[in-house]
Amino acid sequence: MLVSVGDLPVPASQVDEPDSLVARFGADRPLVMDSGAVIAPWQIAYQTYGSLNAARSNAVLICHALTGDQHAANRHPITGKDGWWSSMVGPGLPIDTERFFVICANVVGSCMGTTGPASLNPETGEAWGLSFPLVTIRDMVRAQAALIDHLGIEQLFAVIGGSMGGMQVLQWAASYPERVFAAMPIATAAIHSAQNIAFHEVGRQAIMADPDWRGGHYLQAGVKPSKGLAVARMGAHITYLSEGALHRKFGRRFQDRDAPTFSFDADFQVESYLRYQGESFVERFDANSYLYITRAMDYFDLAADHGGVLANAFRGTRTRFCVVSFTSDWLFPTPGSRAIVHALNAAAASVSFVEVDSDKGHDAFLLNEPVFFATTRGFLDSAARARGL
Amino acid sequence: MSFETVRIAGVNDLSSSKAAPTPTAGQRLDHLLMVDMVEPGSRVLDVGCGDGTLLALLTECRGVDGRGIELSREGVNQCVARGLSVIQGDADADLVAYPDDAFDYVILSQTIQATRRPRAVLEHLLRIGRRAIVSFPNFGHWRVRAELALKGRMPVTENLPDSWYDTPNIHFCTIRDFVALCEEVNAKMERAMALDSGGQPVRFNMPWWVWNLFGEQAVFLLKRG
Repeated sequence: MLVSVGDLPVPASQVDEPDSLVARFGADRPLVMDSGAVIAPWQIAYQTYGSLNAARSNAVLICHALTGDQHAANRHPITGKDGWWSSMVGPGLPIDTERFFVICANVVGSCMGTTGPASLNPETGEAWGLSFPLVTIRDMVRAQAALIDHLGIEQLFAVIGGSMGGMQVLQWAASYPERVFAAMPIATAAIHSAQNIAFHEVGRQAIMADPDWRGGHYLQAGVKPSKGLAVARMGAHITYLSEGALHRKFGRRFQDRDAPTFSFDADFQVESYLRYQGESFVERFDANSYLYITRAMDYFDLAADHGGVLANAFRGTRTRFCVVSFTSDWLFPTPGSRAIVHALNAAAASVSFVEVDSDKGHDAFLLNEPVFFATTRGFLDSAARARGL
Repeated sequence: MSFETVRIAGVNDLSSSKAAPTPTAGQRLDHLLMVDMVEPGSRVLDVGCGDGTLLALLTECRGVDGRGIELSREGVNQCVARGLSVIQGDADADLVAYPDDAFDYVILSQTIQATRRPRAVLEHLLRIGRRAIVSFPNFGHWRVRAELALKGRMPVTENLPDSWYDTPNIHFCTIRDFVALCEEVNAKMERAMALDSGGQPVRFNMPWWVWNLFGEQAVFLLKRG
């Protein structure tokens, strides 16, 4: 079903009744969060591709990034576009749905069907808004583990994700080492850098500065902080690209004109592109969710959770790792991946690490980079052989 | 097919007289000699593992739990695509992260001469591995000496094809130099052999200078002293 864009930031139907599978948990299985909050009832929305084998040993969990969702490889119910990783996940593709049972779940705090600030709080009959507890990466992973339990899967063959999805992969490997046979953290880090926290803060302040944010109560008021959320997205989008990619794509070319207009119109193609990115984003994303999920990333510091030594997070692990970074990614640059690799070496873990040559910036992990795809395919093939798949 | 090991004064060959696997087309003899030095089922780190040929051979012939470090991205990609656990990195920067005794063997094949700090690298090998296997081109080979002595030019040979200005090999040494370094870092030589230009072990039971003259490359099995 294709949902048209309504007055609400995200069609309410996607928030509580999404066009995907949903696992619902009652008071008997509450979500216990790092903040100390306990939520029940709660729900997690997910999609699956391929089929689970009889031994239940071929499940691959895909973890999505900040503004991603469970629609990894199917048509998106709001935008009508292909899923965010449809070049990677599918029959015969590196994450081969003819061999693997692929699961992708919407993270806690998001707005596409898993419980978050836009969801209905059954106690008040209104959207949670800012009364929703702060979320961490570990909370997201805890919720996914509940889903994996619900699906009757003891061990995941692989957990794979890029950016914030990569943080979840690392958290999975640290929290549930025996449940992860292979792990692929891509374009990520074990700690969110000061620079990245700074970028997030700018985005959050843009949202909060929009008068229509209404202190977080915009849903009740029937408005949406579209301007603020769009600006947040525009700023963030720049960090997903690279100078080279922007130059190649736009240069200093004008948008539908031959000369500057001596105004603040979108004279340049790059301006027009960013405005479009901002405007289309607000159609599918909830502003409060953006606040919560960026915060979850800011709080991520896996070493701090393990006595300040990252290697302690992986002590004794039998999981095989494949770490991938991209040369032009300045949001999660290679040294962050190398720190993960060094920690895994110190923990005597099995690890491969590839830095892929690409000028496409952080977003390279979403694109068809041949070396990245070959690496993914090779790693999963060899892990599958080791797992007897 | 068996190989004689050249004995050097003061160096005892402690290995059993096990034969290396029979070479097939395209296999490097120095690789087979190194495979012969590795006990089955051991944990091996190959530093500068290239496209993973040696690691794959070790996995196949010795059932090792193998890991690799490789500088070139192409090499790493080939390794990972063939299912080997290999990281992109280099000996100078990345060995420090590994804990003591993490591996049974650490192999440095034709790489030590390209490191920035060969001594520190060798010390890391001996720290990380219970044993280290090191092979390198011998800069004391008579052809190399001849190029320098007679032509007065930096040697360019079949084995060392790069000109001085674009060679990755920044720290050449002779077999005798390497032995001296081993003594300096208190490494015990368990096995040592020199290979001639055909890749065959030098068949002389002779003193050092013969080796140093006729060995085009050398392979050492080392242990902490």
